[in-house]
Amino acid sequence: MTDKISIEDFDLYYGENQALKKIRLNIIPNQVTAFIGPSGCGKSTLLRSMNRMNDMIPGVHTSGRIAIDGKNIYDRETDLVQLRKNVGMVFQQPNPFPISIYDNVAYGPRIHGIKTKKKLDEIVERTLKQANLWDEVKDRLHLSAMGLSGGQQQRLVIARVLAVEPDVILMDEPASALDPISTERLEELVIQLKKDYTIVIVTHNMQQAARVSDKTVFFLNGEIIEVNDTEQLFTHPEDQRTEQYISGQFG
Amino acid sequence: MEQAAKAQGSSCKESLSEQLMKPMRKMLIIEKQGKIITLVCAWVLIVTLFSLLYFITSKGISPFVNNQITLAEFFSFEWGPTASAEQGGPFYGAMAFILGSLAVTLGATVVSAPLGIGAAIFMTEIAPDWGKKILQPVIEMLVGIPSVVYGFIGLTVIVPVIRETAGGLGFGLLAGIIVLSIMILPTIISVGVDAIQAIPRQIREGSYALGATRWQTVSRLVVRAAIPGLMTGVVLGMARAFGEALAVQMVIGNSPNLPASFIEPISTLTSVITLNMGNTVQGTTYNNVLWSMALILLLITMLFIFLIRFITRRREY
Ligand SMILES: Nc1ncnc2c1ncn2[C@@H]1O[C@H](COP(=O)(O)OP(=O)(O)OP(=O)(O)O)[C@@H](O)[C@H]1O
Ligand SMILES: [Mg+2]
Repeated sequence: MTDKISIEDFDLYYGENQALKKIRLNIIPNQVTAFIGPSGCGKSTLLRSMNRMNDMIPGVHTSGRIAIDGKNIYDRETDLVQLRKNVGMVFQQPNPFPISIYDNVAYGPRIHGIKTKKKLDEIVERTLKQANLWDEVKDRLHLSAMGLSGGQQQRLVIARVLAVEPDVILMDEPASALDPISTERLEELVIQLKKDYTIVIVTHNMQQAARVSDKTVFFLNGEIIEVNDTEQLFTHPEDQRTEQYISGQFG
Repeated sequence: MEQAAKAQGSSCKESLSEQLMKPMRKMLIIEKQGKIITLVCAWVLIVTLFSLLYFITSKGISPFVNNQITLAEFFSFEWGPTASAEQGGPFYGAMAFILGSLAVTLGATVVSAPLGIGAAIFMTEIAPDWGKKILQPVIEMLVGIPSVVYGFIGLTVIVPVIRETAGGLGFGLLAGIIVLSIMILPTIISVGVDAIQAIPRQIREGSYALGATRWQTVSRLVVRAAIPGLMTGVVLGMARAFGEALAVQMVIGNSPNLPASFIEPISTLTSVITLNMGNTVQGTTYNNVLWSMALILLLITMLFIFLIRFITRRREY
């Protein structure tokens, strides 16, 4: 049991509509795992199942289990606050809060009970440095986060996630709203982060998956078709559908 | 070549360029008509507004430029427009009414701002289903109730209750504050609801994903982000309270006292103007002084509006 996350026979329904079918997947710690597949195949749904963000959508029900560090997060007694503290999430659209840069990063630590200014200052500086944003914002920490560029906002959101000290970071197409240079910086950051975190990233960009990930998972219609080491999957796909997808024949 | 094209166009078919121009020309005419109509509307509005402003201002400053009274007299506390010359009168000090207006407005705001913002949070974040289906229509209806109805309720319910419990006549600052609070509450709530609902879902999701509870998300993020909108509602309510005449006049008591006690009859700018405008003769000092009060009312209301502008300008953050 060295897996960080292990998913067993996980089904998810939006009302009558089954979006995930018997998902089985193991995610290894300190690796980047990429989810690829055509639109609507369930990548975001599975990602959001891993920190139970789907709970808020009415009509969602699930079966099977998702265990993180061996503990099923769909158990009745799971503490959602603790779960989401451990499993951070970065969304497709950068979503900085309309407050200052400092307050954005300090938001998580504050809700989890850290009050002293010294401690918060230290966390803000450390995580902004980790997210490669410190040099750009250190002189404007108390200005609104809305004034940052898209790429800076996305790095701010990552710093905000790092500030609550998660083990796992889930990223749903984090670069889709970014320009090529910001995307490159984000990819560098992802690779940097994996020595301390377990990262799952959804992407539509095959090159991006190849560049940043160790393992790649290919989805189709709510099912996992193929999982393999990234290099293996892109050079020698086992399933014909994987080959068709990565060679651009559908999706 | 041009001629050739023209000749060809007129002889058989229209040239391509003419065909292309034709719908274009039509569009341009429609565009122009639209522009003219809206421009006329805008100008009518602007001219009306400015003539109104000019009218009130010129009337309002006339007692001062005509040396009927001095500014110091106007801003004094002594009111006695019918006092005889032997008594040293007449006195035209409007300060008590200015303070009266400010006191009811401030009091009503202090009561209804927290209540209204609390209700807006409840309706959007705590019981959104119930809030949308039942409370929203009720609030919208309350906004539309004419002020005379509020005044009547104040007169028949609130004034007697105050008389019984707090003593005095029942008419006064407290009655005015209660009636105005009820009146401006719906405004504050409905503007507040819109402001809170305008906070994007992504921001809430971001907060939940960090492990925040619903209450933390609402109190630390949603309300904070909605503050400019919430404040706009409060200032709108204040402006409404400040300008309200009828309902206030029905419960305030209408004595020229300073607003020093909650249960003694006082007056406000609006109540003095509405009560006396009909009984005074045009051109007399008394009548002109009422216009000066209207001007003060206008200036302070404008201040409120600038305040709204200022707050909403900062909305982008
Ligand atoms: N909130 C929802 N309510 C109902 N159905 C939903 C909801 N969210 C997603 N679905 C459905 O679930 C299926 C999987 O959606 P999901 O968003 O997981 O796809 P995806 O792989 O992330 O697609 P994309 O690449 O376009 O983001 C789709 O058929 C979608 O219509
Ligand atoms: Mg998606």
